[in-house]
Amino acid sequence: MAVSTPEIDIRIPTILLPYTSGEKSVQASGSTLAELVADLDRRFPGMGERLLEDGKLRRFINVYLNDEDVRFIGSLDAPISSGDSLTILPAVAGGS
Amino acid sequence: MLSISQEFVDAIYAHARADHPDEACGVIVGPASTGIPTRHIPMRNAAMSPTFYEFDSMEMLKLYRDLDDRDEVLVVIYHSHTSTQAHPSRTDIAYASEPDAHYVLVSTREELAGANEFRSFRIVDGVATEEPVQIR
Repeated sequence: MAVSTPEIDIRIPTILLPYTSGEKSVQASGSTLAELVADLDRRFPGMGERLLEDGKLRRFINVYLNDEDVRFIGSLDAPISSGDSLTILPAVAGGS
Repeated sequence: MLSISQEFVDAIYAHARADHPDEACGVIVGPASTGIPTRHIPMRNAAMSPTFYEFDSMEMLKLYRDLDDRDEVLVVIYHSHTSTQAHPSRTDIAYASEPDAHYVLVSTREELAGANEFRSFRIVDGVATEEPVQIR
């Protein structure tokens, strides 16, 4: 039996809504966060660039798998299971 | 224009002075239906720095979930500058990601000798535009 790749819900922040035609919640599939982001970019071209830089998650984009900041659970290698949900929130940050 | 009560102006200043010389940061939220600021939520500056601020990532997730549950929005996102003017820096503008929020800056720099400097800006697509502040 083929292993199915989970498709999960992703919450999109205000500044990325132009990529999803205003949809605040979209779906993408992947067995790791890296695959999920790649699929998200296929469905909503340009999104990958907003999330990644030099193949890593951008420093000032926070990504949460369920209730965990993905930086603490393997970043792009974090495994995705069916029923998970992903939340993307740009960091609120700045400096003088 | 930002319309805000004196009570919130005082609360933001009290937070900024308490955290000085580190930058203080937080939000004032309000009902999505009115956009009027009604609830002050001081946030932890995860950077704990006199020249940088960043909302703690877990505190921020909880904040956004609460906003969704309560049908509220971020009306004001504030932070303090502790040795410079209350004007958005290049990094403030580069990282600003809430085009619908009022970005409030206060300064606690010594030259002000305890006087308030409270300014509000819209930051959209890399451009900061100052707006009038009406204190109620």
